[in-house]
Amino acid sequence: MSDAKLKQANSRVVRRLLATTVLMFAFGYALVPLYNVFCEITGLNGKTGRLTDVEAAETTVDMSREVTIEFVTNVSSDMPWEFRPLQSTIKVHPGVETMVEFEAINIAQYEVTGSAVPSVAPSAAARYFNKTECFCFSQQSLAAGETKVMPVRFIVDPGLPQKVKVVTLAYTFFESLNTAETAPQLATPPPS
Amino acid sequence: MSEAATHDDHHDDHHDHHPSGLMRWITTTNHKDIGTLYLLFSLTMFFIGGIMAMVIRLELFQPGLQFVDPQFFNSMTTMHALVMIFGAVMPAWTGFANWMIPIMIGAPDMALPRLNNWSFWILPFAFTLLLSTLFMPGGAPAGGWTMYPPLVLQTGAAFPFLIFAVHFMGASSIAGAINIIATVFNMRAPGMTLMKLPLFVWTWIITAFLLIASIPVLAGAVTMLLTDKFFGTAFFSAAGGGDPVMFQHIFWFFGHPEVYILILPAFGIVSAIIPTFARKPLFGYSSMVYATGAIAFLSFIVWAHHMFTVGMPLAGELFFMYTTILIAVPTGLKVFNWVATMWRSSMTFETPMLFALAFVVLFTIGGFSGLMLGVTPVDFQYHDTYFVVAHFHYVLVTGAVFALMAGAYFWLPKWTGNMYDEKLGQWHFWTSTISVNVLFFPQHFLGLAGMPRRIPDYAVQFADFNMVSSIGGFVFGLSQLLFVMVVVKCIRGGEKATDQVWEGAHGLEWTLPSPPPYHSFTVAPEPSSIEGGMR
Repeated sequence: MSDAKLKQANSRVVRRLLATTVLMFAFGYALVPLYNVFCEITGLNGKTGRLTDVEAAETTVDMSREVTIEFVTNVSSDMPWEFRPLQSTIKVHPGVETMVEFEAINIAQYEVTGSAVPSVAPSAAARYFNKTECFCFSQQSLAAGETKVMPVRFIVDPGLPQKVKVVTLAYTFFESLNTAETAPQLATPPPS
Repeated sequence: MSEAATHDDHHDDHHDHHPSGLMRWITTTNHKDIGTLYLLFSLTMFFIGGIMAMVIRLELFQPGLQFVDPQFFNSMTTMHALVMIFGAVMPAWTGFANWMIPIMIGAPDMALPRLNNWSFWILPFAFTLLLSTLFMPGGAPAGGWTMYPPLVLQTGAAFPFLIFAVHFMGASSIAGAINIIATVFNMRAPGMTLMKLPLFVWTWIITAFLLIASIPVLAGAVTMLLTDKFFGTAFFSAAGGGDPVMFQHIFWFFGHPEVYILILPAFGIVSAIIPTFARKPLFGYSSMVYATGAIAFLSFIVWAHHMFTVGMPLAGELFFMYTTILIAVPTGLKVFNWVATMWRSSMTFETPMLFALAFVVLFTIGGFSGLMLGVTPVDFQYHDTYFVVAHFHYVLVTGAVFALMAGAYFWLPKWTGNMYDEKLGQWHFWTSTISVNVLFFPQHFLGLAGMPRRIPDYAVQFADFNMVSSIGGFVFGLSQLLFVMVVVKCIRGGEKATDQVWEGAHGLEWTLPSPPPYHSFTVAPEPSSIEGGMR
């Protein structure tokens, strides 16, 4: 190869490989939404579905079958809330819209905002567990010492695999990142 | 000596000029100088990482907490891994590539010599950043080299230093990889077709593509960690809608190709050494090339076998188990080819051959324990135990590092022009090989019995095997000083090496004088002098 041709060939290789590098860097970031979409389609990671009221009304009811739903609640360790389900288990017929309630208490002396992350086990059931209303759809704010009862309305899809007899719905409350950062300044030290 | 090489000697009289002293090394764009810099840098890091390993083995010599506090112990395991992977093994391979690839393919230098200088000189800065964290408030990173959040986000002042050090190491590797690909694609001597390339060049080309495809993903992952910590993003924080397990997916999408980045060039070196000392062409050259390609491809679809226990659906676990086990096919093919090369050959057992043979046997042991770990149901028991530690040290120490040693002994006479001290080399080999097995083999038993990794203390029933392992560790650490002695002695003098050095050596690098002139193959070698294809 002549010098000029070699230079040209080298810069072509460098351009292509640098483009690949940038592309792969972007791909690393693209993995974040890709995983989310993948999990929503497959129901992996216990991500639950969401239905509108119209869709809910159209669901067929299977009165011949009963499924036990268990409720589990957690609060992230650095969040000053108490959080519990008002019923620990409930039996439902697939297709029947059911309402359950959860209670959250802010034990801090300042307002705290948080959001709940749901998870369904076994993960095979996640695709068939649909909610029409949930406090996890938006952030929840509680004033100092406030207690709030929050509803969840859900329908178990009749397509739920026959082998699934018990479904566990778990919620974990996390303090929103922005209030978590401002809280220490807002907080007055608790009287000891 | 070939005609081309003689020609070079003559030419050197006018352009062998370079600044002397320190400036020669800082400003050099010569592939041989940069190769030497890489190799010396990697040897230094090998000892720094080795000292950290000695601290770990000292603390684990007996149950209870003796010498260091748990936080510092965790810093040692984290830093040992980062220094050994990014500071010792990866730069060593790039050093070999710099030294050998141009003279193996008949090129006058690397395609991009200035970039080459830059990609080396980033490294000392990267490691100054990383090692300086040892003296920072809050201590060095201690959350494991895998940097899983949320634990790694609790790192103190060291955290941004860790992230930027990783960025720098990545930039250096990518620059090196681009340079190697450009060199092999554009600078091969006429007649050096792709299927005549020595296998070391082939394995490095594939490694370079792995680097370019995987290192940017790591860079993305650690950048996400950085913005999660300082700029309020929530990629890996459930509070903001993120997911900590996603980090593991992104990290291991880089991490699994990374383990092949560490081992593929070793396959190339062993494929050069075994035919030389068996005095027979390599068995199944083209199958070796395709097997390397197959391993590289598979490395991108097996990542979740590092995280079987995070709670994946059955379909995912089966997929990652089957693809993982599939890697045994091309890898097994390589081992069979090496054995077939030795079959009915007239072998001699100089130090490079001994290290290459030990590589074949011990790397295969590491491969077998890898198969065990790849089987999902049993991995649940082995996960995060010393069995894993034993596995990856068999593939990385008796695999990658032994191949590095083999390559160093193989080409030292070519680099320096002097034969190394064979007796010292044999001592180095036997002390290393015996002690490394005393060091790592008992760790299989410890792991099967349930001893967790990355913990400074352990239950008393693990005491005996840990003591044995520590003794092996100290002997292994000390025996590496023999290697330094060999290198220093060889640089200073010794019996003059011939051009061919080894009786069974074939390939362009052996047609050059030992040591080769500062500028070699400024005129391409005669196409008839290129044998290729078999080594």
